[in-house]
Amino acid sequence: MCINCGCAGTGAASALHVHEHAHDHDHAPRAVRVEEDLLAKNDRLAAGNRTRFTRAGLFVLNLVSSPGSGKTTLLERTLRDLGPQLRFAVLEGDQQTSFDADRIAATGVPVRQINTGAGCHLDAHMVAHGVEAFDLPATDILMIENVGNLVCPAGFDLGEDHKVALLSVTEGEDKPLKYPQMFEAASLMIINKLDLLPYLDFDVERCKDFARRVNPRIAILELSCRSGAGLAAWYDWLAAGLAQKRAARE
Amino acid sequence: MHELSLTQSLVAIAEDHARRAGATVIRSITVEVGELSGAVPEALEFAFDVCSKGTLAEGAALILRRVPGHGRCGLCAAEAECGELTAVCPACGALAFELDAGRELRVMELEID
Ligand SMILES: Nc1nc2c(ncn2[C@@H]2O[C@H](COP(=O)(O)OP(=O)(O)OP(=O)(O)O)[C@@H](O)[C@H]2O)c(=O)[nH]1
Ligand SMILES: [Mg+2]
Ligand SMILES: [Zn+2]
Repeated sequence: MCINCGCAGTGAASALHVHEHAHDHDHAPRAVRVEEDLLAKNDRLAAGNRTRFTRAGLFVLNLVSSPGSGKTTLLERTLRDLGPQLRFAVLEGDQQTSFDADRIAATGVPVRQINTGAGCHLDAHMVAHGVEAFDLPATDILMIENVGNLVCPAGFDLGEDHKVALLSVTEGEDKPLKYPQMFEAASLMIINKLDLLPYLDFDVERCKDFARRVNPRIAILELSCRSGAGLAAWYDWLAAGLAQKRAARE
Repeated sequence: MHELSLTQSLVAIAEDHARRAGATVIRSITVEVGELSGAVPEALEFAFDVCSKGTLAEGAALILRRVPGHGRCGLCAAEAECGELTAVCPACGALAFELDAGRELRVMELEID
């Protein structure tokens, strides 16, 4: 029994005392059930984003890949080619610099840079604030370029309709198996830099097979931002996704 | 390292529940960590020491309960434990294996004073 407060005793008195004194004896700590997911808060904020985006009739993509797979280049091409027909807005996630936002701004599309500092991924809270400057109802497609990282962004829902995972042929075809989380979370895998295939021994079919082993439902497109090969299919995929989103809203 | 932001959430959830229960200190935090969750237990432990400083959770024991991966085949109905993220059924080879455990990242309970 504790000399200071008598807390080893049972009954009401023991429940009421305050532990201001240091004690070196064990007395039974109370157990509290929690059962809350670590990502619960992010998921709640993401659900809020999703509702907001859906109300605005917005089709939203979360572009993920290793650093340098070609996310910004794909966006630049897409904005230049489709800019006249569709209204885009872009969120750029990077740890530092506004290089990517500057490249997007040069296409004339509204863009916001989010710098995550030490953070290795965007989260739903950053996106909620990131879109504040955009006129969402006057936008058709919101593109969110995540921090270049094939691991960490996989678990963080931003409120997007789809994650789109880019993989460039210089990275090797084994990446979907080595980083399964990302390819499992993605609706679409884009194999980029097809123009470099002649210089490499990247096996496209094996790469697709690996991706389907972790995600049998994943859609796959092959293209080159450099040559333009395969871009038409990507534009079709975008148009179909936007149409579907709008149809679901009606 | 996304374990850092996961651990920040972990401490925030624990503090929130502890405060509501009137705790002055958290003795232990039990967390389920699925084998296929993508989170590295050692990284969570390392981040916990940093993130818990100055909170109710400072000095608490972090108890990480590993949950093995497990799934069931939608085609042949085989059930199996599974150490990697995959849709390939270990029994029949079909791309129909549905994981039903191993993704957990959840604060289960606290011990408080
Ligand atoms: N040959 C070739 N190069 C490409 C292609 N697409 C992109 N690149 C080049 O790849 C490099 C990286 O491209 P970025 O678009 O900056 O890649 P990113 O994914 O945005 O990179 P981070 O934002 O740093 O993660 C640049 O030098 C691009 O010109 C392609 O289809 N073929
Ligand atoms: Mg970029
Ligand atoms: Zn089977």
